[in-house]
Formats: sequence, C-alpha cells, structure tokens
Amino acid sequence: MTLAALQEEIRVAAARAAPLRLRGGGSKDFYGNEPRGELLDVRRYAGIVDYEPSELVLTARGGTALAEVEQALAEHGQCLPFEPPHFGAATLGGCIAAGLSGPRRAAAGALRDFVLGVKLIDGRGRLLEFGGRVMKNVAGYDVSRLVAGSLGTLGFIAEASVKVLPRPSAERTLAFEMAEAPALDAMNRWAGEPLPVSASAWHEGTLYVRLSGSAAAVQAAAPRLGGSELADTVAFWRSLREQTHAFFSGEAPLWRIAVPSATAPLELGGAQLLEWNGGLRWLRSSLSAQEIRAAAERAGGHATLFRARDKSAGAFTPLDPVRLRLHRELKRAFDPAGILNPGRMYAQF
Amino acid sequence: MGEAVSLSLSRRHEVARALREFLPARAVLFDEEDTRPYECDGLTAYRQLPMVVALPETEEQVRRTLQICSSMNVPVVPRGAGTGLSGGALPLGDGVLLSMAKFMRVLRVDARARIAVVQPGVRNAAISEVAAPHGLYYAPDPSSQIACTIGGNVAENSGGVHCLKYGLTLHNVLRVRGLTIDGEPLELGSEAPDAPGLDLLALAVGSEGMLFVVTEVTVKLLPKPQCARVIMASFDDVEKAGSAVAAIVAAGIIPAGLEMMDRPATRAVEQFVGAGYDLDAAAILLCESDGTPAEVEDEIARMEAVLTGAGAVRLAVSRDEAERLRFWSGRKAAFPAMGRISPDYYCMDGTIPRKRLAEVLHFIAELGKKYGLRCPNVFHAGDGNLHPLILFDANNPDELHRTEQFAAEVLEKCVAVGGTITGEHGVGVEKINQMCTQFRPDELELFHAVKRAFDPRGLLNPGKAVPTLARCAEYGRMHVHRGALQHPELARF
Repeated sequence: MTLAALQEEIRVAAARAAPLRLRGGGSKDFYGNEPRGELLDVRRYAGIVDYEPSELVLTARGGTALAEVEQALAEHGQCLPFEPPHFGAATLGGCIAAGLSGPRRAAAGALRDFVLGVKLIDGRGRLLEFGGRVMKNVAGYDVSRLVAGSLGTLGFIAEASVKVLPRPSAERTLAFEMAEAPALDAMNRWAGEPLPVSASAWHEGTLYVRLSGSAAAVQAAAPRLGGSELADTVAFWRSLREQTHAFFSGEAPLWRIAVPSATAPLELGGAQLLEWNGGLRWLRSSLSAQEIRAAAERAGGHATLFRARDKSAGAFTPLDPVRLRLHRELKRAFDPAGILNPGRMYAQF
Repeated sequence: MGEAVSLSLSRRHEVARALREFLPARAVLFDEEDTRPYECDGLTAYRQLPMVVALPETEEQVRRTLQICSSMNVPVVPRGAGTGLSGGALPLGDGVLLSMAKFMRVLRVDARARIAVVQPGVRNAAISEVAAPHGLYYAPDPSSQIACTIGGNVAENSGGVHCLKYGLTLHNVLRVRGLTIDGEPLELGSEAPDAPGLDLLALAVGSEGMLFVVTEVTVKLLPKPQCARVIMASFDDVEKAGSAVAAIVAAGIIPAGLEMMDRPATRAVEQFVGAGYDLDAAAILLCESDGTPAEVEDEIARMEAVLTGAGAVRLAVSRDEAERLRFWSGRKAAFPAMGRISPDYYCMDGTIPRKRLAEVLHFIAELGKKYGLRCPNVFHAGDGNLHPLILFDANNPDELHRTEQFAAEVLEKCVAVGGTITGEHGVGVEKINQMCTQFRPDELELFHAVKRAFDPRGLLNPGKAVPTLARCAEYGRMHVHRGALQHPELARF
C-alpha cells in the first residue's frame, strides 16, 4: 500500500462525502463512540522507517504493529516511556490516535508528551508533515501533539516519530495494606519527594508502588517506603496496562474517571481501582452517566465511558460551547467534508 | 496599513478613549515617551512604537480590552516581560500592545497536589521560589528565568538547560485559562489528566500569542532533586565532543543537563564571569547528574567512563554546590558575554538530530570563514539545540548583510539534516522567512486555518510566526537572487 493510494482513497471519499472509518489493528474499536463509515484498513502501510538508539527517537509508519516497535526498542534497552496499552494487535498509529497512556504516565508523562512529529493525510487527501525527529521544535503550531488522542478525526497518521527512553535498569514493586484515603495520601506525598516512583495503584485495600531507575536509586528508596515486595512486578503492571486484571472482567460498564490526583475518595457505588497517584480512578458501575459525570466534575475532573455495551450517553464528557465551537472549526480545517471517523469523539463532528 | 497611518492620530485617541472607559488613565499609554519602552522585545533590532499600550490588572479588564479591540477591528499584541528573542511581542503601529505585566500574583500553591496556579505575569524563577519551602520547583529554566514570565513561556514553549530530562513548558503546564479575541473565556487542559476532546492545550503552548490571551496558568511542580553534580569535560576537538554527546545517550544515560561550548565561547565568557573553564580545550561539555546521592554518584561515574572513552582530555567534577553553580554561571552568561566582545550578536536557535552535530558544527565553522565573521557556539547539546552566535557590527551594512546570509544558510542546513529552524525561541518576526523553507504551502495553509479557528479575523498578533504564501513566494525569489536583497532599508534583525 502506498501513501499515494491512501491519499487517493481519502480524496475520493471526500468528493463523495462518504465517511471513512480509519482502522489499524482494531484493538480499540471499543473506545470512543461507535465507529462508522467505510473501513479503511491502514495496516499495510507499515514498517519502522528510522531508529537510531543514540537519538532517542523512533520513526515508524502508522500501520506498524506496536509490538514490533516495542520489540525493536527492547533490543536496544529502550522503551516507550508512557507504557501504552495494546488491548490486542495494536498499531503505532492507532496507539497515537487513541492517546492512551499506561501505568507510568504520572511519573514519565503522557503519550502526547513523547510525540515529536507526524506525517498526516488530512481529510482532503493532502500529505502534511508537522514536528520532526528532534526533541525541541517550536516552528509552527504543535499539530503533531494535537493529533495525539484525536481518534482519527483529523487525519490518518501515516508516520510518527516518538521520543523513547532507556529502560530502567532496576524495578521493584512494594505492596502496603492500606485503606483508600491513606493510600491516596501516601501516593501524593511520595510523588512530592525525590523518590524513583514510576507507578502506583490502589485496589481493595492494597496500595502498590513501583520503583524504577538505577539499581542504586531503587535500593536506596525501597527501605524508606517499607511494605512488602511483590513477586512478579512485570506481570502485575501488565495486568493493569492491558486490563487483564480481574477488576476489568465482567459486564458492568467501565468508567475512566480523571481527577486531580489528591482528590478525596469518590463516593460512588461500584468497585474502584486507582492509578496515577489517584489521578485516574477506574469504576465499575451501572450508575447513570449524569451522576458519574457530575461527581467527576465536582472534583475538577471528567469521566469517560470506557467500555460499555450502551454508549448512548456519549463516551466523553461533553464540551462547553466555546470549546465545542473550536473543535468544529478545527475539524473543518483538517477535514472539511467531515468524512474521517465522524462521531467517534463527539456526535457533533 | 496606509489608511491606518493617515488616520493614526484620531484613531489612536478613539481607541485610547474607549479603553479609558474602564481602565485607569495610568493603564492606557499613547504618548511616545510612555510607549517607547514597549517598542521591542529581546530582539532589539526590530522596533515599532505601538499605537496604544494597555495595562489591565484584572481578567475582566482584559476581557473588555479585547472586546473593544475586536469591535473596533484593532490588532492586539500580547506581551509578558518582553524578553523573547524572536520579536514575538513586536508591537504594531496600528495596534494595541496588551501588557500582562500586572498579572503578578501566585494564586495557589498546592504542595500535596504538586501544582501552582499563577497569573501570566509571574516570573519563571518566582514559581520555584514560592515552591521551594515545600521541597518542590518548576523545572523549565530558560536562561532569562529571573525576568521572563510564565505567560511568555507558554506562548513560546520555552525550554532551558534541563529540558532533556525534565521537558519543555509543554510538558510542565497542566492547564491554561485564557480569553479569545472576542473576550470569551477558554479553559485548556485540566488539573485532572487527559482533558476531554482534542488536546487544545498542546496547540496553545508555543502558539506565540496568536490564538488567545493567557490569563492564568497551572503548572506542575516537581520534587527538588536531593543533590546535583556537574562534570566539565575538555576535548581537543569539537567533533569529538559532539560524538561524546551521542555516546552518553547511547549508554542509556539521560543527564539532567548536557551543554556544549566551543573555545571562542568559553574564552568570551571566562573574562566576563570567571567560571573556571578550560580555555585550552577546543570545546567543553557540561554534563549534570541529579537525584539521590547514590544515584548521582553512580551516574557521574558512568558518565566519566563514557567521556574518557570518547576522548575527553580532562575531567573536572564539581565538588560542592558553589562550584556547580560556578560551572553553570558561564553557560548562563553566554549571551551577555558576547555583548561585551562584539557590538552586536545574532543568536540562532536551530535544532538538529544529535548524530549530525559534528557535521553541522563543521559546516558553521566553514561558513564563518566564508563570510569572515566570528561565530562562537553554545548549545543544548543533549537535545541538539544549537545557539551559534554570529558576532557583527550592525552599523556596518555589509556585516549585517553577511550575517543575514550566514544565519539563513545555517537555518536551512538545520532543516536539510532533518531538524528545525527554532528549538525554543520561536519564529516571531525573526525567522518567518525560514518557515517557508521548513514547511510546504499546504502545511502553512493549515496553520492559517488553525489560527482562523481561534481568531477568524486575524486580530491577535497578526503577521507573526506563520508567513503568508505570498511572502514565501517573495522569499523564494529573494533566494534565487541571493546577494540582491529587496528592500535593503528594512531592518531584518
């Protein structure tokens, strides 16, 4: 599959005003609102274009399997610092379009923080390049980071350059028996101290804290925190990242509630699992979207209906009128015919 | 602008009168002696008196100022401390210069949540000062940090010497509140992670005051590292120093700071601040490690080994905090030091892939010979962000002309090797022509469309950062006839 062919397909669809559903591995079909439109499978536009470990930058085509990217990095002792979830046969382009970060987000930064540049085919079939392969670049608006998390509504991510980092040489996970409120307190307190905390989670009375870094740093920090050591640190964090942990099984709707990390426990009916020092609160609950979103809003956050059979309430917290207008205007700038993943983010565009 | 010029006096009084309806007299300046201090920012070669300067103190006053300007079709140029290096805050002769200097309050420091909520006129360094009692600090540290404001940092996506490890402004700002040109309030980002919708905050940071006016900023605070030490490594060859930078990163080390200065630069700063630099070295690297004492000890030892392996001829490790600050003092004083050895200097800001460092340095040295101009180099080597400083005398038209060509060639080389014309200073008015080299017409057209989404009538800081396609066509022609620049009377620096 060539870029020219993809550009042509998008051009033709735009001329026909026929919606396209951009899709990589389909691992996040569940995410956002119902996908619609004619399927444009982009997996054939794949391959790592450039990877020079000493540059800390990897450039790959959008259809490249995320697993292949991580494998290439692992061979050189490097990693994607934001630990993105795969949820199946994910592609790099899909990963960036979804914008989801994993356990290390609170310590290392979000996916968008590591996007350095993209090649994008917009809704008119134009091939556009923004950003680049360097760490610092302030020429023009930062479109490559706007594209991160845009759910394919602005264009097809044909190629992306991401910043990568060395894998920590040592990693340990400590577990503490602790109720939710003191756990929130501990997570936020430790995040404010010079400790190599790289991930945190709380569920059913246990607080988990992962330390990552040089062997010297991890060894010095562990006794200061106390707790008991978890045997399989890799498997545990993978079960959160990939949602294979028992908390995520079952039929109850799964909500992803984002709040300022120090927010007190949210009194909402349903089981919860906390990550990111308390900034992310997963909730299994059949409460109404209204109730859950109101609670999130009161805390200064927002709630996403992450996995549910019925998404009629809308996957994402609605936008205020000014922001909604800006979204529509931006959509018009990138995709005037409105054919790229329409409605996937918000029904209005 | 012709019409505006001919009507300028009555127009000025009309706008000033409208602003004085809700702003006190001292907050609306229009006499030349009052507006003169605002005629330029840190890029002093470009000067323009604004029609009117407005100095609001409350968000409500900013809102009304914008509404007035919008309704009267008056362009608005926002300004922080005016330390920017690309002319982003250069006023317009028919516009209002909107100074945010009075927004100096720290609204909230929440040590538990590790955030600070500040007004845009708060100085960068002041945030770390108020956070210090909690063991926290604000990481981005541009060299101008004692003067520059957070609002300006947001507009430019400012970096600093520690951004290899701790990121740019973009990575350290959680939320921005602002007003559109029509005075509508706008909240971008959130204190909660991953705000819903498109990442408008990413778009806003670095937008050079062209999308909206910042009225409040929430920044992330980090725990202050327990200790930091810096290695000064000497090399007898500039290219070896460049290769050593790649070797450190390849060894899996992310130093807190990784800076390089060549001999012309170290010699210039040494007489200015006495940092204790090795003046015999062709280039020095400053490699900083921070963290817990155990971490730092471990990392310093690893960096020493890599640097020695890469051909360093001498290593000096800071023994205490005073010595560490002394090693950095020279780097931080590099720009003012150049001002002492040359009537004028022109600072470039291109960024390149690290692996092309040696090649580009060599290229710059050759250009120096070609144009007969000195060009010391200081740069953020860790992230490939070059700051070559061309020394010239602006009173000598030929030198100015050669400097201009020299700079253009360097920036075009940066683009050619896969880099960018600006890593942290912004495009402003200064590098607007080079935008035509870095971006194609379709991409520039999209930038204009993004601006229109926020500012349909193009009233916020118009003419900056993104060139019109007509201008690029003109610049292209200028290139073809290099050496025969049109409009030589126009100041370009």
